[in-house]
Amino acid sequence: MKNIIISIAIIILSSFSFASESVKLQKAPIDLDDTISLQRGARNFVNYCLNCHSASYMRYNRLTDIGLTEELIKDNLLFTSDKVGDPMAISMKYSDAKKWFGAAPPNLSVTARSRGADWIYSYLRSFYRDPSRNMGWNNTVYKNSAMPHILWELQGEQHINHETNNFKLVIPGKLSPKEYDQFIGDITNYMVFMSEPGQQKRRQIGYYVLAFLFLLLVLTINLKKEYWKNIK
Amino acid sequence: MEKKSNTSSTGMLGWIDERFPLSSFIKNHLTGYYAPKNFNFWYLFGALALFVFVIQILTGIFLTMHYKPSAAEAFASVEYIMRDVSFGWLIRYMHSTGSSLFFVVIYLHMFKGLMYGSYRKPRELLWLFGVFIFLLLMAEAFFGYLLPWGQMSYWGAQVIVNLFTSVPFIGPDLAEWVRGDYLVSDATLNRFFAFHVIALPLALAGLIFGHLIALHEVGSNNPDGIEIKDMKDKKTGIPLDGIPFHPYYTIKDLVGLSVFLIVFVSIIFFAPEMGGYFLEANNFVPANPLVTPDHIAPVWYFTPFYSILRAVPPLFNSQFPGVAAMGLSVLIFFFVPWLDKSKVNSIRYKGPLYKKWLSTFVISFIVLGYLGTVPSNVWGQFYIAIPIIGGSDVATIVARIFTATYFLFFILMPIYSRKDITKPVPKRVRM
Repeated sequence: MKNIIISIAIIILSSFSFASESVKLQKAPIDLDDTISLQRGARNFVNYCLNCHSASYMRYNRLTDIGLTEELIKDNLLFTSDKVGDPMAISMKYSDAKKWFGAAPPNLSVTARSRGADWIYSYLRSFYRDPSRNMGWNNTVYKNSAMPHILWELQGEQHINHETNNFKLVIPGKLSPKEYDQFIGDITNYMVFMSEPGQQKRRQIGYYVLAFLFLLLVLTINLKKEYWKNIK
Repeated sequence: MEKKSNTSSTGMLGWIDERFPLSSFIKNHLTGYYAPKNFNFWYLFGALALFVFVIQILTGIFLTMHYKPSAAEAFASVEYIMRDVSFGWLIRYMHSTGSSLFFVVIYLHMFKGLMYGSYRKPRELLWLFGVFIFLLLMAEAFFGYLLPWGQMSYWGAQVIVNLFTSVPFIGPDLAEWVRGDYLVSDATLNRFFAFHVIALPLALAGLIFGHLIALHEVGSNNPDGIEIKDMKDKKTGIPLDGIPFHPYYTIKDLVGLSVFLIVFVSIIFFAPEMGGYFLEANNFVPANPLVTPDHIAPVWYFTPFYSILRAVPPLFNSQFPGVAAMGLSVLIFFFVPWLDKSKVNSIRYKGPLYKKWLSTFVISFIVLGYLGTVPSNVWGQFYIAIPIIGGSDVATIVARIFTATYFLFFILMPIYSRKDITKPVPKRVRM
């Protein structure tokens, strides 16, 4: 019996390894307790992403979860709507977007859950000049992506060495590489928050529920002992 | 002569008892239902399965209040539940985690049955009810998985419904009839919703009721596989090794339930996606009929059967053998009561042959389960130079071997269970 259980355990544990990605992803600096980073990320996201990409499952006033007030949201972030309770939608039509870009920019509300934070972070880092593409840009993380490098002014222009797959910054951008990494790190952090705005609260509640259940377990174990003491 | 009341109780309970057999029901099924006193860890999972079923029904009701079964709105309505409905995320995670844990609990419950011979005479019908519940549960999970209308929902349903096309002669018509359209669409979503929220839960409730009635008719088996009814107290007629289900097992199950809840809420609150096994990453992308995902994998609880489907090679360009093998891998459980020819019930007294075969079966099930979650080229290919298998995917060959051992556990059971050297069974149970 023991052997069966051990062999089952080994197989289960060994099955938790995942197939490796083709491109090595960079680790995204995710910290959902860092509200300053989340607020910067929200600003960057609204300014740079939310023109082509919608995030329509997310409401503006949910940004109060990361320490913003409705006034602050209204004054600084409300470009696509005039009501703070509205979803983060865009005015570009899906059919138009498809015509213009070849593929409509996806809704980014839950992209952090489908692609993962590291993917988004690496993707935003990995644009390079490629004159053969109709937008003039390509990406190593998502080959032949239809998206042009929206942040090129900030990052500058990268060229790729096709043998080593290494990037070289040919024209520097407005931000230093370090500042750029922080910039997209904030966006990624924000997108992780946006993919499930209640996740911090979920974890907080979880500790209380677990504490209660461990207490319940102690009680039920003692109750069981009391009832069963005469059963032999 | 005055009609005697079936109870001595007075007041409210007495009033009810004269009109409805409440006290006698409680007596027959709880306080006067004698269960063997030697239940171990494995006997917890039946009660837990019932508990999870209730959770699924309750959370399902609340999800139905906010979910929209339409191709245009389904995905967004799930996100609406996650964000705008008060504690909607909790209800949804309870439901999604509940479905996976339902299968965990049911697989352990079935394993218990195989270990202790709970399918053997006189419990054949009890076992058949159980296998029917398992079948419907798979259907229930399959229908429910389409509802979030993500990429995996969509393409998973597409792949499974397309299996019907391999049925000779009527296949394509059959698949179209199931879908209600030429491809998985709004019509499919609507009918799957109907099956998921009313047809199957209703049937499941009925079968669970039958399962429990059958159980209480024949009495519970136990880790020793001894009929406790054979050794009764001469005066009272109570089995010597029996104890009332309530309070003993209701209290004992509370301990197990507490542990189960700790696992359950740990997943809900800290890892609701369970590393992509309970909620697949690709299902956070809305269904798109024009974009096929690179790798379509069913949720983990279907993967052993999915592996069998992939492992069986096509015959005359038809996938039907694989589909038939997959169907058989589930249906074969129906025959277990008549395949086991052993003299004893429990693995405690069965010989080494049964133990080895059961271990082989469990290992096959787990390996097939793992292989079903990954692409078949995950372990690369054999060197071309190797005869016969050269060039084929390693994982496919491994899946074929384990598919064979999976079936051999059942097919050879009449032979090895008869040949096996059993140990003498004691008269009374051991704790």
